[in-house]
Amino acid sequence: MESMASAAIFYGVAVLVLGSALYVVVGKNLVHSAFALVAAFFGVAVFYVYLGADFLAGAQVLIYVGGILTLLLFGVMLTNRIYNLNLRSGAIQVVPGALSAGLVFALLVWIIQSVDWGAMDAGDPGPTSESIGRLLVGDYLLPFEIASVLLLIALMGAAMLVRRRGSGSS
Amino acid sequence: MITRFRQIEMRLMGPLTMIPIVLCLVVLGTIAALPVVATILSELVADFVPAGLQRLTIVVLGTAGFVGILALNPIYSIWLERKVAAHVQDRLGPMRVGWHGLLQSFADGVKLLFKEDLVPRDADRVLFGAAPMLAVASAFAAFAIVPWGVREDGTVLAVANLNIGVLYFIAITSLGALAVLMAGWGSNNKYALYGGMRAAAQMVSYEIPTAILVLVVVAQVGSLSIPDIVAAQAGGILGVGDWLIFQLFPLNLIAFVLFFICGLAETNRTPFDIPEAESELVAGFHTEYSGMRFAFFFLAEYGNMLLVSMLAALLFLGGWVGPFGSNPLLFFVKGFGLVVVQMWLRWTLPRLRVDQLMGICWKYVIPISFFLLVVTTVIKGLL
Repeated sequence: MESMASAAIFYGVAVLVLGSALYVVVGKNLVHSAFALVAAFFGVAVFYVYLGADFLAGAQVLIYVGGILTLLLFGVMLTNRIYNLNLRSGAIQVVPGALSAGLVFALLVWIIQSVDWGAMDAGDPGPTSESIGRLLVGDYLLPFEIASVLLLIALMGAAMLVRRRGSGSS
Repeated sequence: MITRFRQIEMRLMGPLTMIPIVLCLVVLGTIAALPVVATILSELVADFVPAGLQRLTIVVLGTAGFVGILALNPIYSIWLERKVAAHVQDRLGPMRVGWHGLLQSFADGVKLLFKEDLVPRDADRVLFGAAPMLAVASAFAAFAIVPWGVREDGTVLAVANLNIGVLYFIAITSLGALAVLMAGWGSNNKYALYGGMRAAAQMVSYEIPTAILVLVVVAQVGSLSIPDIVAAQAGGILGVGDWLIFQLFPLNLIAFVLFFICGLAETNRTPFDIPEAESELVAGFHTEYSGMRFAFFFLAEYGNMLLVSMLAALLFLGGWVGPFGSNPLLFFVKGFGLVVVQMWLRWTLPRLRVDQLMGICWKYVIPISFFLLVVTTVIKGLL
């Protein structure tokens, strides 16, 4: 009974994620597409919950929905003449596009089929935040620091780009 | 000059004349919290509920309780808000409908129900309709992790006792900003759009110090789980001494004040109500809303006020622990008390300008929060 309900929720969310992701690509209304992305990101967070990754699910909602999407919408709404904008989303270069998409799909199917995923035992996987924390400041300290330096550089670059010309002294 | 002093005196003293009314609020809040109170009493009826069903009982009663509180919350909160405003301004406020106007909000609620549901011709119908729902949903969803007590046997009284409680809180509240943006854009009205944009900028900015200040607490307690954070505050002088605001004095006191300021900003309350500044933007993002949809935004706003107050009470004021030991009612009193403080501030302080608002956040609140995080972490590491 519980697994039935669980499966029903899983497939419902899967349909929601794929449907809204599809709308993001083909939708003609930029703001609607942005809001459809909210549903897609949120659905992915639900999948993380299914995988027992509670911390990751929270971080997904916090960073993608709360941070990135709000900024994205902010940018979209600042766009000039947004209300009657006609987005041109036609099909260009159908054959190469379909070919590369099909190749990527085949590759993904091949990878998914060939890897031994080592399915977890059913049951409560328990909290993950502590082990993530230990790994981040332990085994993976260097990649973690490099990622933060990269973000810092991006931050400074963005500040540099929007700076007014001529006002700086040096 | 004398009238000016009189005004300031009124603003500061006004709420003190409200003490009997505040007591009424506590009673009303308790009545609204009846299902939750029933859960508290379930400690007594634990013998009657089979062991296997106890968790389910907590979840069902807690959900019913919070939905009940949140649905009734605007009704008595608006009444109280009008009373606080009136007493700050040397008036009486609603007096006619019921005892001291107690039923005024019910009358207003019925009026809102019967109002025509207008949708502007050029509005984006989908987003216009979805925005109030998203606002209410995000406000309600966050209450899932608000615990209101712990039983003698260690069972936490919460709908969902998440290990990542505070992270969930920060994540879910960010959905509110999306609802405001949705409403602002969907209305196809320039004032609504400006209001939505301001709200988004404000919420995104103030989310950063909120998260850092939560981290200050998390770093000291060493857990993301709210019941653990509360448990770390039990004991001390008079049962009050170990509340987090009294630990590492005055660092945590500053953190609490900043957290409360950020909470005010995130709920768009005065002095941070720039997204709906009447004198500039008509009513901001809900300019075009009427009837029940309008009421939904109020439901969300008062829900968020209560949420922020309850979180502040849990993280800094010891939640349900206090001088009389562990008592869920204490938590509700603290939560509703902070709501009253929010109202008091609203009618005492003038509104900030947009640039001042951003300046406060980026130049003062964020650096101070980072400083607090570093200092508390270092002290905690040395101890």
